[in-house]
Amino acid sequence: MARQLIKGNEAVVKGAILAGCRYFFGYPITPASEIAHAAALYMPEVGGTFIQAESEIAAIQMVYGAACAGARVMTASSGPGISLKCEGISYMAGAELPGVIIDVMRGGPGLGNIAPDQGDYNQIVKGGGHGNYHVIALAPNSCQEMCDLTALAFDLADKYRNPVVVLSDAFIGQMMEPVEFPEARPAPPEKPWRVGGTRETRNNLVTSIEMVPEEQEEHVRHLIRKYDEVEENETRHETYKVDGADTLLVGYGVVSRVLQSAVDQAREQGMNVGLFRPITLWPFPKEELRALARKVNRIHVVEMSFGQMVDDVRLTVGSDAKVDFYGRYGGVVPSVEEILDNVLAPTEV
Amino acid sequence: MASKILKKPDSFFESFSRRSGPDKVSTHYCPGCGHGVLHKLIAEAADDLGIQDRCVFINPVGCSVFAYFYLDFGNIQVAHGRAPAVATAVKRVHPHAIVISYQGDGDLAAIGGNNILQAANRGENITVFFVNNAIYGMTGGQLAPTSLIGQRTATTPRGRSAENDGYPMRVCELLATLEGPTYIERTSLRTPKLTQKTRKAIRKALQYQMENRGFSLVEILSPCPTGWKVDPVKSLDWMEQQLEAYFQLGVFKDVGDERPAKADPERDLWSANYGTAIDLPTDLDAKLPEASPAPKYRNPSLKIAGFGGQGVLLLGYTLAEAGMLSGYHVTWIPSYGPEMRGGTANCQVGISEERIGSPIVSNPSVLIATNLPSMDRFEPEIREGGLLLYDRSLIDRKPNRTDIESIAIPATSVADELGNSRAANMVMLGAYIGKTGLLSRESVMEALDLVIKRKNLIDLNIKAIDKGIEYGRGAR
Ligand SMILES: Cc1ncc(C[n+]2csc(CCOP(=O)(O)OP(=O)(O)O)c2C)c(N)n1
Ligand code: SF4
Repeated sequence: MARQLIKGNEAVVKGAILAGCRYFFGYPITPASEIAHAAALYMPEVGGTFIQAESEIAAIQMVYGAACAGARVMTASSGPGISLKCEGISYMAGAELPGVIIDVMRGGPGLGNIAPDQGDYNQIVKGGGHGNYHVIALAPNSCQEMCDLTALAFDLADKYRNPVVVLSDAFIGQMMEPVEFPEARPAPPEKPWRVGGTRETRNNLVTSIEMVPEEQEEHVRHLIRKYDEVEENETRHETYKVDGADTLLVGYGVVSRVLQSAVDQAREQGMNVGLFRPITLWPFPKEELRALARKVNRIHVVEMSFGQMVDDVRLTVGSDAKVDFYGRYGGVVPSVEEILDNVLAPTEV
Repeated sequence: MASKILKKPDSFFESFSRRSGPDKVSTHYCPGCGHGVLHKLIAEAADDLGIQDRCVFINPVGCSVFAYFYLDFGNIQVAHGRAPAVATAVKRVHPHAIVISYQGDGDLAAIGGNNILQAANRGENITVFFVNNAIYGMTGGQLAPTSLIGQRTATTPRGRSAENDGYPMRVCELLATLEGPTYIERTSLRTPKLTQKTRKAIRKALQYQMENRGFSLVEILSPCPTGWKVDPVKSLDWMEQQLEAYFQLGVFKDVGDERPAKADPERDLWSANYGTAIDLPTDLDAKLPEASPAPKYRNPSLKIAGFGGQGVLLLGYTLAEAGMLSGYHVTWIPSYGPEMRGGTANCQVGISEERIGSPIVSNPSVLIATNLPSMDRFEPEIREGGLLLYDRSLIDRKPNRTDIESIAIPATSVADELGNSRAANMVMLGAYIGKTGLLSRESVMEALDLVIKRKNLIDLNIKAIDKGIEYGRGAR
């Protein structure tokens, strides 16, 4: 078993290359830059291409272009750059193009700061770009998952011809943990719809424009059917010590790691606490959460935001459990102690 | 006009089946519009050069958004102004494809200004056909970067004024100042003779791409009677008297001779040795720690803090690496970004027998402090019964806490004696493992091999660690 102590941001690139990605188009931004650094180093070593684009706007359009050409392709950024990429993400969704976007979230809004944050949830999960679309959003909470979920992102992107976002945060990107790398995939099969400068592909057209409203409506219906299929098949989540729990903590990304420690300590103190961690933020693991919600009295959602995912939790559980929210923002990561003191303790009295 | 002398090329669809509605034979362009003529010139060139199958046509946002109704190429429709970025990537993926970015003046010179500039500057081996009709056609005749001074448009109802709107932009002249481009020419569609010149320029630009000579752009002055609100005949007069007077026709750059023809690049994407290509780990047997530390030293969460440049991140990284090699779960979080510059640096390390939940160390069980500000800042956070190691060569106060164990190590002096004060971090590391027995000397040596890039420094670091171990053991 070969493991490597590696930064989350670098694990992303190795995972991507092993999954068959050969094209990276990016623009520097802390705390995501190491992804570009590693891509610049490694892509040429496997025959691939790295370009530092003139902006995130251009970088995502290069992703659009390489995707049209049938390649596995990615980009990475953080909040301010993700905002610029939203144009391209909408076009990719409209034109049904696969591609992987890594968002290493930092404090916002505006320039904010470079500390960990989860304020991009709504931007990614609820839209960001214009029009009726979804991206598949995966939320890693370890360096291993930075690798594994990036690789999975490519598979899902191709399977559903849709952009996939790996929604990470500054700590998961900057930290180092041991990572076990998967086997390298063989060359992915040629995509029949690609535009490749060949006779077989000459008749192909990639576009997102349809001027006749009824036909555009039919296209969106087609997208909806696809999204239904994604919701049906692709939700992922993890639970921790939920057996017999009367209280459920819900969090994703680095917050879920803090919550895991909080669960351990709370259990030591005799509290019946468990953890539910969505791994896919869209599609949101509704069924699984709903089933658990029926068994507990109280749900505490913890986010590094002013309350974004909590809306999805509330929609999901309805009146089955009382849902509270605890948030830190601006780049502040909640500590285990404050979860115990501010979130769990008050319910015990 | 010129279109009459052209027969329908193969690269131009016979019938426009992608057009919705009953009319499949006429284009959607206005009478007297230049777009249709230009499409045919491009199609004809593709036929004659034998590249129809290889052509990938990037359809912009503008009146030519539906060029794919007419051109029988591989087609991609893109966002407003972004065609050069998309074309760049298509070409990088398929170097054998002939990639054509077709753009209007709003698309290329306004919203996509930076995209064209940068693609040209990179010298992308693509061909750009830039339709300058001095107006936004599609959206109803608004000001373009290329609209002339005094030109009335929907958004300059009193005429373009230099004070408010700036001057018309000469794209060819601008791009010709760059090293990147190979060939830049401005032509016109006003007369059959000028159209012939355009025809030639199109061929040359495509030929250059086929020969991998680099970036070409042909700017084509093109009539837009609808946008200009004149009839097609008058539009030609305006072109002659106004447009061509400001936008001089001709070749602005042609260094094709200096950039000789090349074969398409050969690349091998799928047979790399991943181990070496992307530095994957080789199999290592995780050794369980032979030393069994006292219970209070097991599963530590460490904070390691000092000045940037003292190597505190490396200290933590080495501990985490040795921890991993010893079969522990480990995490390492650095301080990062501008915070690091000139100021303090710290990292948080977890080394545990169990899967680690929170990687964040808010109350460390171990603090390694290598300067006074770090000790001042983090000493109060140490867990009761925890351990503090500090560099007493640089910190001239005693710890305030009495509920913790503390050890003062003359790390910088020891490192100085070894010949390099920068090895003080490794003295501290040695002292920590000597004191706690958490990690074996061997695991740390193996870790050093992985974390130290400059191999000539390894010896020094080993000596420093050994000195530190002595101090640590002495403090047991
Ligand atoms: C981001 C964005 N902004 C604005 C528009 C609206 N729009 C469509 S075409 C166009 C101008 C096109 O003018 P030009 O590039 O000169 O092409 P022409 O129509 O004259 O051929 C604009 C502003 C858009 N589609 N997308
Ligand atoms: S508005 Fe102008 S550019 Fe557009 S089709 Fe009509 S004449 Fe051509």
